Amino acid sequence: MKKARTMKLSLPIEEYMNPGHLACQGCGATLAMRYVLKALGQKTVLCIPACCWSVIDGPFPYSCLDVPIFHCAFETAAASASGVKAGLEMVGDKETTVVAWAGDGGTFDIGIQALSGAAERNDNIIYVCYDNEAYMNTGIQRSSATPYGAWTTTTPVKHFKDQPKKDIVAIMAAHRIPYLATASVAYPEDLFRKMKKAKEIKGTRFFHIFAPCPTGWRSRPEDTIKLARLAVQTCYFPLFEVEWGEKYTINIKPKEKKPVVDYLRLQGRFSHLTEKEIELIQAGIDRQWHRLLRLASEREKLSVGGE
Amino acid sequence: MKKVIMGNHALSYGAMLARVQVISAYPITPQTQVVELLSEMCASKALEAQFIKVESEHSAMAALIGASLAGARTFTATSAHGLTLMHELLHWAAGGRLPIVMGNINRALAPGWNIWADQNDSLSQRDTGWMQFYCANNQEVLDSVIQAYKVAERLYIPAMIILDAFSLSHTYEVVDIPEQSQVDAYLPPFKPAFRLTPDEPHAFGGLTSPDYYFELRYKLQKAMENVPEIIEETGREYEKKFGRYLGAVEAYQVDDADLILVTSGTAGSTAKVAVDKLRKRGLKVGNLRIRLFRPFPFEIVRHYLRRAKKVAVVDRNISYGHHGIFYQETKSALYGFSSVPIFGFIAGLGGRDITPETFEEIIDYTFSHETPEAEIIWIGVKK
Ligand SMILES: Cc1ncc(C[n+]2csc(CCOP(=O)(O)OP(=O)(O)O)c2C)c(N)n1
Ligand code: SF4
Ligand SMILES: [Mg+2]
Repeated sequence: MKKARTMKLSLPIEEYMNPGHLACQGCGATLAMRYVLKALGQKTVLCIPACCWSVIDGPFPYSCLDVPIFHCAFETAAASASGVKAGLEMVGDKETTVVAWAGDGGTFDIGIQALSGAAERNDNIIYVCYDNEAYMNTGIQRSSATPYGAWTTTTPVKHFKDQPKKDIVAIMAAHRIPYLATASVAYPEDLFRKMKKAKEIKGTRFFHIFAPCPTGWRSRPEDTIKLARLAVQTCYFPLFEVEWGEKYTINIKPKEKKPVVDYLRLQGRFSHLTEKEIELIQAGIDRQWHRLLRLASEREKLSVGGE
Repeated sequence: MKKVIMGNHALSYGAMLARVQVISAYPITPQTQVVELLSEMCASKALEAQFIKVESEHSAMAALIGASLAGARTFTATSAHGLTLMHELLHWAAGGRLPIVMGNINRALAPGWNIWADQNDSLSQRDTGWMQFYCANNQEVLDSVIQAYKVAERLYIPAMIILDAFSLSHTYEVVDIPEQSQVDAYLPPFKPAFRLTPDEPHAFGGLTSPDYYFELRYKLQKAMENVPEIIEETGREYEKKFGRYLGAVEAYQVDDADLILVTSGTAGSTAKVAVDKLRKRGLKVGNLRIRLFRPFPFEIVRHYLRRAKKVAVVDRNISYGHHGIFYQETKSALYGFSSVPIFGFIAGLGGRDITPETFEEIIDYTFSHETPEAEIIWIGVKK
């Protein structure tokens, strides 16, 4: 008799997201949700403000998720989640994980006040920002998460965005919350592990998930994972964790840092950039990467000296 | 138990007796004492509630919407700029059919920072789908909070309990604070038909096409139309238990009145003093104080005003480019039912005092004119 062949899966087989969602092909935000729910399980409540995900979920009376969703006002993801958590606790449910799930616009811009408030109070919620680097729901307008050099409909090529991306992770680290992490849809096992870890921590936990958007980035849907991987390999979007605002741990250190041009050239939104502008972008990435290495090694030194 | 308390504390006691479960609030003059006392009640466990100390009124309302959707009884209090900052979320609360109860201290809006009484803050929210109760004394404030939860949770409509700045919020009066057990017998725990829970996963408030949205709003209006009847029913039940009737209006000396004043808030109490004084002079004057402004109790207002020879509406507010807002509503209630001349007065904006003499002037004017000489008759504007 033939021996049955088994395949070992690196993620649980359970799905909390069903077919029939309304996302574009190759949508990174959609994958992010699928992986996050695999880690958090069904005892989860989502607070989703206006963003692509308020459409992706599907029209009333349908929903593509097996967890309850509160579609909330654009600027209120964090405050809504704080309220839901308190409400659930007061009606006797202390277990359910409450997640605020917002885009970069809802996090870096209009929702940052509520997010800062919840983080300062250390409310017991997980805040996930899936970052596609612009307001996609409304048709690709710039946000403060849009990187230097990018085209959007409000930063046309002649006036492309000439400010750097806001450093949301530094801002959240400055709140000294118990846990924050960056993650990527190209590294689902890493994302899964960190989300599992976060689930067991009490207090405000923040995730910044890199989520390519073929529609807004003018990239090919089949390049979504490639782009997300390149973002990590070029150190454009490093994967790391920060505990209590101080303890930095880099999760993936590329053996050989790839040049950012490899990443930029796959996306129409950067196609106008000159070599000089690309050099500027590269220099910015190098600076940020060194800063991160320093922060991570400082804490290594600290823990060696202190323990 | 009888106690001498300020209007703001009457709100806090009302919330405590209603056993609210989640409070979220942000300080603003003249509301602060409401939440200070509630903080103490939570800290001392006199009240088993979570108090989320948010960074803005906007987040306060957002948090309560979340908590209410999760199935908890919720409360906040604010005033003026805090209320107007919440504006978008007031629509979310009502559109989401969440029976949140909120105290609002009627205060003027800047510029020209002004912390004194003025109704424009709450009246600017009249189309958000919230019930609005304008109170005239501290006892009514406390009683209204308890009644509001009963009505709100039955019909799934949020409610605003409104107090004039200082003339009510900071005025101390004797208030009968009912026994908890009696309140419990009147107001059962909040058990919504649907709530946010993994046990029964629903998506609330998602993408809603024209195929559905229209009916959802139709249902909100239909529920609103039931409010006056439920106010009457719950107000009578309250009277049976606590000896105080809580109706949509308070009618004073109206039965034989030639001239009926239409008032709201503390001006409604002051008007009664003027009515007594002028009745002694032989003038047949009465006062109809509107307690329930939203939904507007059309039938009740019609019932009382139809028989009058003249009506004088006094507004501490204005819809710029139009009229005083109670004046608009009163006219629309009577349109097609009565041809009684209706006079619209504006007085007391930004905390200018409204005194018995103010009403005497209004009454004199109304008696001495066939019809109003202007769209708005201003009382006490310095020339
Ligand atoms: C108060 C308010 N302002 C503006 C909007 C319109 N709006 C809806 S979604 C959105 C952009 C969302 O961008 P982001 O958070 O990055 O999510 P994405 O659409 O990219 O997934 C905007 C501007 C709104 N719903 N509410
Ligand atoms: S626009 Fe981008 S983020 Fe939005 S659904 Fe399409 S691919 Fe996903
Ligand atoms: Mg975005």
